[in-house]
Amino acid sequence: MSDTTYPRILTAGDGCVVVEFGDTIDMAVNGRVASLAAAIRKTPFVGLRDLVPTYRSLAVYFDPETTNVEKTYARLEALSRDAGEGQAGGAKRTIVVPTLYGGEFGPDMGDVAEHTKLSEDEVIRRHTERDCYCYMLGFTPGYSYLGGMDPALEVPRLKNPREIIPAGSVAIGGKQTGIYSIASPGGWRLIGRTPMRMFDPGRDPAIILEAGMWVRFRPIGQAEFDEIEAEGAKGAYRPEILEEEVTA
Amino acid sequence: MSALVFSVSSPGMLTTVQDGGRWGFQGKGMPVAGAMDMQSLKLGNILVGNAQEDAALEVTILGPTLRGEGEGVVAVTGAELSFTVNGAAVPNWTVVRVGVGDVLAFGAPLTGCRAYLCASGGIDVPVVMGSRSTYTRAKVGGLEGRALKKGDTVRCGAPGALWRQCEGFACPGELRSVYDPEAPLRVIPGPQDDCFTEAGKETFYGSEYVVSNSADRMGYRLDGPVIEHVGAADIISDAIPLGAVQVPGHGQPIVMLADRQTTGGYTKIGTVCSVDIAALSQRLPGQKVRFETIDLDGAVALVRNEGKKREELLRLRARWRSVRDDGLCRSVRGGTPTKGEFLLGVDGANHRISWEEVHE
Repeated sequence: MSDTTYPRILTAGDGCVVVEFGDTIDMAVNGRVASLAAAIRKTPFVGLRDLVPTYRSLAVYFDPETTNVEKTYARLEALSRDAGEGQAGGAKRTIVVPTLYGGEFGPDMGDVAEHTKLSEDEVIRRHTERDCYCYMLGFTPGYSYLGGMDPALEVPRLKNPREIIPAGSVAIGGKQTGIYSIASPGGWRLIGRTPMRMFDPGRDPAIILEAGMWVRFRPIGQAEFDEIEAEGAKGAYRPEILEEEVTA
Repeated sequence: MSALVFSVSSPGMLTTVQDGGRWGFQGKGMPVAGAMDMQSLKLGNILVGNAQEDAALEVTILGPTLRGEGEGVVAVTGAELSFTVNGAAVPNWTVVRVGVGDVLAFGAPLTGCRAYLCASGGIDVPVVMGSRSTYTRAKVGGLEGRALKKGDTVRCGAPGALWRQCEGFACPGELRSVYDPEAPLRVIPGPQDDCFTEAGKETFYGSEYVVSNSADRMGYRLDGPVIEHVGAADIISDAIPLGAVQVPGHGQPIVMLADRQTTGGYTKIGTVCSVDIAALSQRLPGQKVRFETIDLDGAVALVRNEGKKREELLRLRARWRSVRDDGLCRSVRGGTPTKGEFLLGVDGANHRISWEEVHE
């Protein structure tokens, strides 16, 4: 589809329109998605219901009963042409994910070490060293699609997916790493678990992570794991979020 | 007077609390959920004097048996599932009064799949992320994030001041939802219709599909002729709108519904228009499905027409409730009332307002 010109506006039913900025997974394209989302949030139109940023497109949900559909399409066209690659707000926001690696919570750590020909300590070092970029959330509430894992940690997915993976599990599947936000089936290899609740419907906000944020894994021991878990159960745990100005 | 409460004697096949849906969090991976047949939920809520998107019980095929406490009015809309109160049949789309000890039950499923039991005050469960809708996969909303079970207590909120006046009010036939199991579902092409060959599109719009056994609140898998892709069936994951017709590599369509995941990586040949989501949601495994195209303007016009029907029902409700119970104005029913009386709640206090049209 090399002849396609972007951005392009795609009709996705009578209550949704998708603005697509490209056909690749990269931060420049994803940055334009974030810019458009920010521009719409700044001056929302009557009938706007939801915004869903994904790798390379933004879905704009609206109520067809109250929205001027024609005007909305025209406005999105204009805004999408102006949507730059720069990160909205200008700051790099990083959430720290405390993780207990290996042992009972990382049953596949041995396999990962074997596949990658690295020691378990080296797997942990490489997994915590690089920050991962959150391109989008989806699949289950609070689940993040992360990019930027050290390529040395690439491992094939399990041939037989597990029927149930506990919430908080930190896993590697192919070139990607992720955190299971609720208990769900899955085929990624489990290397650890975070006691931090990625999704807690009783908390405000229920989901802390947002598309465009960064994730930094921090190794912890059992004592700290128990402490954070207990605080989370009381709704008292405050995740660590780092903000840095980005110099373009 | 205390608000309605239901104790669940038997839960039925799948009875969940649903409202207008959990909007605003799809960007964080949170599905919308909400009523599968939104127009029936809204019409039902209008009948019993609620706000249109208040929570009701979505009853699936085999309904629950509930014992009433407190006082209020209820109406059943959507599928015809043989609703009874104390053993006596109560027609759908009609408001009945229920009180302490009354037994609400459902019998044989006659037509459709999902009915809405709307009760004055709305079902009152905690609001989670802006909605009371049950999303069972993440155990969110409703009663502990699950379907009703035996022994549950389901509470309603405080009813509107005029709830008593809703008794006997019925939705006229022309304003009700109609489900023609033979009618084709209207589809707006896109967002990835360019991923399918002309032959593939002809197959999709020209063939008959059958609802498979994998048909639930998340989506309906259909069985039928294989739809041909141009190339790969996978795309870079993007948003899945309500009604999206996904076609994975096996070539069989899946229509994504209320509990769909927010994003996915399959090509989408088209999107079932909002109005026909209800029509599909009322079909059962084994029933047939055909598709035809509609353009965006046509689909928006259909949505607005449903809005007009609800406005008309609101107008009829105002007229019904302005008529006094003592028969003073019975004679004007059917025409435009010239006088009436109603209760108005202001800051928690009820005021009885009388009005009369005065001719010079």
